[in-house]
Amino acid sequence: MRDHYQLIVIGGGPAGLGAAFSARRGGLDHILIVERDVELGGILNQCIHNGFGLHYFGEELTGPEYAGRLIDRLAGLGIDILCDAMALEIMPGEQEHSLRLVSADAGYRLVTCEAVVLAMGCRERTRGAIQIPGTRAAGIFTAGTAQRYVNIEGCMVGRRVIILGSGDIGLIMARRMTLEGAEVLACVELLPYSGGLTRNIVQCLQDFNIPLFLSHTITKIEGKDRVKRVTVQQVDENFRPIDGTEMYYDVDTVLLSVGLIPENELSRAAGVEIDPKTSGPVVYENRETSIPGIFACGNVLHVHDLVDFVTEESESAGEAAAAYVLRRSDTDKVRGRDEDHTGKSGDPRQASCFSLVPDQTIAYTVPQRIRPACVDNVVRVYFRVKAPYKTPKQIVFRDGERRIVASFRRPYMAPGEMEHVVLKRALLDGVRGDHLTVSVEEIS
Amino acid sequence: MIFDVAIIGAGVVGCAVSYYLSQYELKTALLERENDVAMGASRANTAIIHGGYDPVPGTWMARLNVEGMRRCFELCEELDVECRKTGSYVIALEDEQTETLKILLEQGVANGCEGLEIIDGDACRAREPHLTEDVAAALWVPESGVINPWEFALAMAEVAVRNGVSFMPNTRVCDIAWEGDHYVIGAADTRESFEPLDRDAEPYAAAGSARGTGEQPTTGGERGKTMIRARYLINAAGVESDTIHNMVAPPSFEIVPTRGEYYLLDRTVGPLVKSVIFACPSAAGKGVTFSPTIHDNFLVGPNAEVIDDRDDTAVTRAALDDIARKACRMVPDFNPRTSIRNFAGVRANSTCGDFVIGKAAENFLDLAAIKSPGLTCAPAIARAALDILREDGWLSERKADWRGGRRVVRFKEIPEEERAAFVRDHPLYGRVICRCETITEGEIVASMKREIPPVSIDGVKRRAGTGMGRCQGGFCGPRVLGIIARESGRDPLSIEEDGAGSRVLVSETKKAVRRE
Amino acid sequence: MKEYICVVCPRGCHLSVDEENDYAVSGNSCLRGEAYGRGEAKHPTRIVTSTVRVRSAVHPRCPVKTDKPIGKEDMGEAIRLLDEVELIPPVRRGDIVIASLFGSGTNFISTRDIDE
Ligand SMILES: Cc1cc2nc3c(=O)[nH]c(=O)nc-3n(C[C@H](O)[C@H](O)[C@H](O)COP(=O)(O)OP(=O)(O)OC[C@H]3O[C@@H](n4cnc5c(N)ncnc54)[C@H](O)[C@@H]3O)c2cc1C
Ligand SMILES: Cc1cc2nc3c(=O)[nH]c(=O)nc-3n(C[C@H](O)[C@H](O)[C@H](O)COP(=O)(O)OP(=O)(O)OC[C@H]3O[C@@H](n4cnc5c(N)ncnc54)[C@H](O)[C@@H]3O)c2cc1C
Ligand code: SF4
Repeated sequence: MRDHYQLIVIGGGPAGLGAAFSARRGGLDHILIVERDVELGGILNQCIHNGFGLHYFGEELTGPEYAGRLIDRLAGLGIDILCDAMALEIMPGEQEHSLRLVSADAGYRLVTCEAVVLAMGCRERTRGAIQIPGTRAAGIFTAGTAQRYVNIEGCMVGRRVIILGSGDIGLIMARRMTLEGAEVLACVELLPYSGGLTRNIVQCLQDFNIPLFLSHTITKIEGKDRVKRVTVQQVDENFRPIDGTEMYYDVDTVLLSVGLIPENELSRAAGVEIDPKTSGPVVYENRETSIPGIFACGNVLHVHDLVDFVTEESESAGEAAAAYVLRRSDTDKVRGRDEDHTGKSGDPRQASCFSLVPDQTIAYTVPQRIRPACVDNVVRVYFRVKAPYKTPKQIVFRDGERRIVASFRRPYMAPGEMEHVVLKRALLDGVRGDHLTVSVEEIS
Repeated sequence: MIFDVAIIGAGVVGCAVSYYLSQYELKTALLERENDVAMGASRANTAIIHGGYDPVPGTWMARLNVEGMRRCFELCEELDVECRKTGSYVIALEDEQTETLKILLEQGVANGCEGLEIIDGDACRAREPHLTEDVAAALWVPESGVINPWEFALAMAEVAVRNGVSFMPNTRVCDIAWEGDHYVIGAADTRESFEPLDRDAEPYAAAGSARGTGEQPTTGGERGKTMIRARYLINAAGVESDTIHNMVAPPSFEIVPTRGEYYLLDRTVGPLVKSVIFACPSAAGKGVTFSPTIHDNFLVGPNAEVIDDRDDTAVTRAALDDIARKACRMVPDFNPRTSIRNFAGVRANSTCGDFVIGKAAENFLDLAAIKSPGLTCAPAIARAALDILREDGWLSERKADWRGGRRVVRFKEIPEEERAAFVRDHPLYGRVICRCETITEGEIVASMKREIPPVSIDGVKRRAGTGMGRCQGGFCGPRVLGIIARESGRDPLSIEEDGAGSRVLVSETKKAVRRE
Repeated sequence: MKEYICVVCPRGCHLSVDEENDYAVSGNSCLRGEAYGRGEAKHPTRIVTSTVRVRSAVHPRCPVKTDKPIGKEDMGEAIRLLDEVELIPPVRRGDIVIASLFGSGTNFISTRDIDE
């Protein structure tokens, strides 16, 4: 291990692995990946189901296989990997950034670097965040925790199960628990539509005749020591439980699949600007955060449902980090030159910039800011819609003068499925004003 | 064998008594129906060291509050328990309430509080900018603060056990008989009443060790029933203290279990309040309390609801909504969505209105109906109990070899410049297990080697602080369970989340046929 | 008539398949949907994933999958066969864990490496 790196990647999940790979390919020689688990792979290690990689690898892989391929790709590239180690603090600096790490093997140490890629992934929302009334008995797990117990530790967490939330992890666990001999009585979703992929509704619930109750929620948990019973109620349009719709389930286990939150404690403490819409950093077109030299990708930036897009995003973040580092050393060498080797012109910090502003139909966009001068050819904009659309609609980008800069048709959209569009550099150059509004509109 | 003293209930009161008694040449037992200390009101409360202006002069509460408060801070220092002197404000939201503040101030002075002061709304808001603009005036109580209540109880019990007190968890007192010169306590093993979810699994009572410390009583009579003999009984059974009283003496008071519910807010909401904020009591009822915790989170609550079932610590929609409404009146920035946990505690309020402290029968002392501010008063209650025992001639000889004090290594508290060396010498302190609170494996393992080792995931939580943060053990839970199993040599399937009966896992997957 | 929701793309068309009429599919918006509907009606198949025991202190379980889809009706039985297996490291991604399930030529294979 060195005391100084060109790039430190925090997190060894698919995002971190992708960023490190592309940064190495982009010309960096000294890269460190810090991972707090004992092995690389991130959340993929416990996602033993298949459904990963259709876009990126062109075949359907399981989580561990997808991770395995990303890890194999790094072999022999000379990237330093420090597992079982936690990044505790990022201290941004003018000349270089420093990172405090701790690990049983490598000890407590300070490492400096020119660039950082944040790839810490996300965590699950818990019961406390959604305030389900009742007791605090054992047997209430977030779906991801249950997944770890079942798939990694080889232990069953319950016999009779109800699932709150129709997020993909919950659906996946419904099937997993059933196949391991548990009885999954129902999946209950507060919203009038499911947050999970249709494929998971069919293959994880319908295949096993597990009912899905939309516009329902758990309104009470009983049982002093271990969960014994839950009450499920229908909710009205304001999400208030409707009296008289009570259903009772005798279960010993409640799995919560009620959302994921990007894990940004480190970023916040470092002073990285956070977008309240994504709970992730605000980033520019190259996934650079508000602090120069700190980049972000994967679930720490915004919650992805497909790992393929994580890989795509992390590769561009890694490339951008490499370009950043090399540009700095170039400018060190030849002061005053304002063309860097990648052909992009100008110091990005000086470049003019506009923001992407989602209107009320769009939950968020990533990136949130674009500097047209820094875009090579195209920029990919990821976004989610706020409500499902069953009929064709268009996504419209309007500039400060309300002129339509670009529009894209989509036959179908749902909040559970991240969408993306590709904006060409030529379009961006024509943007007037300091922002682009993004909205879902009828096809005119 | 016959104990000299048996304390029934290992809440903060029972633990404080055991701490002081361990300084004397006595054979003392501390009996607790749960699998750990501080499993009742002592772990689900507002964690405030009260200033002492609130109790009506003349009551036990008024007599013991200020002394208790000062002793709490001293003991925290001595036993390395987390606490902080934050001071507190009682805020008046209307001009009429300013009169109430004056009454509280006078009461406080009568009870011995120091430094009380009434300040105007602007001065208060200058110090607590998140408070509502409606604050008209506030009573400033500089001496009060916040504490880690379960660690406080635990620390005292640990020192007691180190000095020979027998701690007996899972021991539920069912009946008591006087046999001329001593009491015979019939106690049941709490774990006997739980069936594992998986029929093949190890029964609860057989799992793990008995966990008692010191001399063990003999088993006899009915299955699972233990006979414990002791010459002197101290009733510190919290919400069950009337039940225990009634086993020995004629009924003289009745517990009115009164539940209080809470929000625990994530510390990422920022510095909402620096001191404890009480609403001024008014005709419209009691407001809620806004309080920073020693871990820089915030507690909002409690309400007060009389309930039937004394163990019912469930939270309810109605109460939580009510608390949220009142909290917004005080701190408009309060947002229930920043909550990471809700919980509830049951106060041992009683028909008597005050603590019940005193002899109820021959060699039987009530420390009963210890309601709020019982946490604050606990050390003073224990001293009062000792005075009574001394009068009865029980405290003749002090132990010459009594060993007090306690030190806990908390990674977060190790000074920056010493951490590298410390981790080099103690590598387990370099492995972070709880990512939200930065708690290391070293701290967990150390907690398992102390006088009263934890037996559950929440037991570790109460000692090392794992799982207290925003992911609520989602990340560290499986890892902590693994460490408990490894360190105590127990089957992971037998490990509980919290109390007896709260097993986390039910079976293994894949019943592979073992071929050698 | 049998009803299905197409899972091939996010649009989720509601398909009707007429078994009486040579499995004619309606409700689909594209050809992939037609193929999916017919397959579901004639013989639905799934890739099955699960775990098996490993004799390892670090990794008590190894994830596995069927290398081809198997009949939906065989899922439960296939999983039960895994109860009988215990792997001894080293295990490589792609190693056959159970060969030719029910004589079908479909194998359960390991989906990760386990060195110790
Ligand atoms: C249960 C589940 C099921 C899914 N199913 C599918 C699916 O079927 N198909 C699909 O395509 N996608 C699926 N996804 C999505 C995809 O797997 C994720 O989007 C992807 O894994 C995110 O990658 P990441 O690298 O951003 O995060 P992660 O995989 O979470 O990796 C983050 C890593 O950072 C480490 N880390 C965090 N903080 C620190 C720190 N301070 N110091 C050191 N290390 C740190 C963590 O230990 C972790 O290993 C699923 C996701 C989940 C959670
Ligand atoms: C909501 C709430 C908020 C509060 N806020 C504060 C505050 O901010 N500041 C403050 O100073 N005070 C506060 N209090 C009061 C304080 O928490 C209590 O007064 C104090 O914890 C009482 O301690 P205890 O040891 O008497 O009772 P407990 O902690 O309840 O202990 C009694 C023990 O006896 C055991 N027991 C019961 N029956 C049996 C049996 N048959 N056999 C064996 N063991 C038995 C129980 O399991 C329990 O562990 C609050 C209380 C509540 C409920
Ligand atoms: S039929 Fe075609 S368009 Fe419709 S869901 Fe299936 S694949 Fe998508």
